[in-house]
Amino acid sequence: MMMVTKTAQPTAFQIQDLNCWYGNRQALQKISLSIPERQITAIIGPSGCGKSTFIRCLNRINDLILGFRLKGCVLFKDQDIYGANVDAIEIRFRIGMVFQKPNPFPKSIYENVAYGPKLWGVRKGTQLDAIVEESLKKAVLWDEVKDLLQQSALALSGGQQQRLCIARALAVEPEVLLLDEPCSSLDPIATGRIEELLLALKKTYTIVIVTHNMQQAARVSDFTGFFLLGDLIEFGETRQIFTNPKENRTEDYITGRFG
Amino acid sequence: MKPTHLEIQRMLTGSQWREQIFKVTALLMLSIALLTLAVLLIDAFVDGVGRLRWSFLTSFPSRKPEQAGILSALVGTVYMMILTGIFALPVGVGAAIYLEEYTKHQGISKIIEVNIANLAGVPSIIYGLLGLELFVRAMAFDRSLLSGSLTMALLVLPIIIISSREAIRTVPPSIREASYALGASRWQTIWNQVLPLAFPGILTGSILAFSRAIGEAAPLITIGALTYIAFLPDSLLAPFTAMPIQIFNWVSRPQKGFHENAAAAIIVLLVVLLLMNALAVYLRQRYQKKVYL
Repeated sequence: MMMVTKTAQPTAFQIQDLNCWYGNRQALQKISLSIPERQITAIIGPSGCGKSTFIRCLNRINDLILGFRLKGCVLFKDQDIYGANVDAIEIRFRIGMVFQKPNPFPKSIYENVAYGPKLWGVRKGTQLDAIVEESLKKAVLWDEVKDLLQQSALALSGGQQQRLCIARALAVEPEVLLLDEPCSSLDPIATGRIEELLLALKKTYTIVIVTHNMQQAARVSDFTGFFLLGDLIEFGETRQIFTNPKENRTEDYITGRFG
Repeated sequence: MKPTHLEIQRMLTGSQWREQIFKVTALLMLSIALLTLAVLLIDAFVDGVGRLRWSFLTSFPSRKPEQAGILSALVGTVYMMILTGIFALPVGVGAAIYLEEYTKHQGISKIIEVNIANLAGVPSIIYGLLGLELFVRAMAFDRSLLSGSLTMALLVLPIIIISSREAIRTVPPSIREASYALGASRWQTIWNQVLPLAFPGILTGSILAFSRAIGEAAPLITIGALTYIAFLPDSLLAPFTAMPIQIFNWVSRPQKGFHENAAAAIIVLLVVLLLMNALAVYLRQRYQKKVYL
């Protein structure tokens, strides 16, 4: 288990001995790592290695799955998010998430972005308008959709839908953005736009991205964790992981010998 | 061994023949079903159309067949269906929401599911007996509109629960996740995302259930809904009658004039049914457009 040696940045997540199960099947074993603030951390590994499970532990969205169990400690800004007095809803509000397949609500573009703020009591039209515009601008989608706000979100292209999902997540002003293979259903151009967007967003947000695309991890991330069969094999600065991995299995994976 | 060109040809001709036979058989079955329906409709129409006039809709039953009308039965049926909807829809949809979104025990949920499916198949007269004991006697609602609607609500409840569950299940999990990930509570997710998407399906299933209920005579006869009512129900506890009962009553009279009345009432019942279905289709289309834009 490798710990980060050069952490100039403060820590966003501190994960200790995280184990989890779906029913009787163990999905993660003794994961420990810390995720720095306002950096992009990539989680890579072959399919079924637990990388999605891991990221879904960070905002407690796995709680919704029947038979899911978790042991260990996930500290977010020194607060145990699985602690007794912690409300999962508040955690999800503070830690936003974007999913593998774009999943806009079957409503208008405006309604999609306004949904989160409305849940949290923003009712005034002008205030909502401002949030919608600002979020869409942050997600670099505003220029494309500013005249179509009342149109169905489902009419957008896949890449636009995914940026809309990012805008929707940003609208509740989270501290963290979790992205679970956000580009896996997108073409290279749309992928490129999302990556540019992430690099811009990391100035304000802590970003954790799961990807099975190693080039993507190398291009955008500052830190990389390599998962294999539910274990964290290696975690470190992206440059070090990709040029000088300490573990043979990491090297085998990134050089394409398996996976 | 590889079949020769000729053998392949022969096999293909054989399968084409079977294909044809199967197609013709299926067509025959469809014709039988449609013909039966057509004969029933034509029969009712030929017998009843002569009695169909505005006064038939606006008159109360009478001893003289040519003066008798279905006003009290028609109004009774409409009132009863509205009340049935008011009682059965919230309970049915609520039960479906609980079973789909809240319950954590798969085992118990399965047992309940099997039981509800069985309840949907229970003969309607059994519901009539239940209504008689529970609403008419134990709760002392008497043979009233309220007792009738509650009994009908029990009758349609299993179908509404089953179809609502189906509809809720078709809402993709990714939509729920998207809502939860923004910090929505379970209730907010159900109310804002799940129910609007499931609504067209819930509506379709419920209308099917009400279509079944509107033609039911047995449970109403069991709870003793009166057959001769020369007034309109003015309260929930007023006695009432409904169209199937009126039809049943007229058919069992010896005079031919009443048989014509029964046929005319059947036509009216069918029109009410069609109107109800049309309303459902309209609401569904409108809602789907609103949801998906």
